[in-house]
Amino acid sequence: MPGVETFVFYGLAALIVAGAAGVAFSRNILHAAFLLLLTLSGTAGLYFFLGADFVGVAQILIYVGGILVLLLFAVLLTNRIGDVRMSNRHVGYATTIPVALLVAAFLVSAMSLAAWPQTTPVAAPTTARLGDAFLREYLLPFELVSLVLLMALVGAMVVARRAVRERGDADEGALPVAPASSSVGGTP
Amino acid sequence: MTPLGTLAAAPALATIGLGHFLVLSAVMFTLGLITAATRRSAVAILMGVELILNAAALNFVAFSHFSQGTITGQVFAVFVVVLAAAEATVALAIVLAVFRGFRTVDVTDVSTLKG
Repeated sequence: MPGVETFVFYGLAALIVAGAAGVAFSRNILHAAFLLLLTLSGTAGLYFFLGADFVGVAQILIYVGGILVLLLFAVLLTNRIGDVRMSNRHVGYATTIPVALLVAAFLVSAMSLAAWPQTTPVAAPTTARLGDAFLREYLLPFELVSLVLLMALVGAMVVARRAVRERGDADEGALPVAPASSSVGGTP
Repeated sequence: MTPLGTLAAAPALATIGLGHFLVLSAVMFTLGLITAATRRSAVAILMGVELILNAAALNFVAFSHFSQGTITGQVFAVFVVVLAAAEATVALAIVLAVFRGFRTVDVTDVSTLKG
């Protein structure tokens, strides 16, 4: 008889697939962004299901709390709200979908042909072991990732600051045709 | 070897194996691929990339769960999440800059090099 794990897994899987299909095929980009929330939350649930408590919490905090809000900001800042219905146009379904189905068939056949070594899973708290791994075996990648984050922060600030300044300039004119390239990087 | 391996009764995951997670992850990857390939809005393409990254991270965590005693998969999943955050930050800043220059984020319209 199927246990409760089966129901939990298939429920979360249905959530994930429904959200991802919505992202892929929704005609409204706001709907796509909110459906991405479904997928990301479902993935976090699967992380908890797999006993990866720290990764699940990081997924909720960073993906759902951070990246999704960033995406929503980008949607609201870049698409005119009036024609949001036409905001998520697509191109080339006729060629993409067969190719994607081929890729999926290849992936599934490859993973069913391979003999994965499977041991019985154990449920144990992972945060302490993760911290141990980060500060011992993976110390160099850990520090590199913090460097990458710092660079991303500074880079995003540089780009966004320029955008804000030029938008402030453009507000005085009726329609900004071309960005004033001379003011870029100049004195504020 | 590790004491954590001996305590904690193994959850009865006998019905749900590694293959379930791999197939689900392949489906998510394919949908992300379709999104990234067919969308014309740069933000929607980013959403497809996020789907692909999520599928890869789910694979990592599933492998980590089903191979006893190692936590490397979860370490990689955390790296994926962190790098996805950095990628989203920079990419969305670029999207805003492109929107400022072209007044659109339709990637088929953004085709000139000097904006």
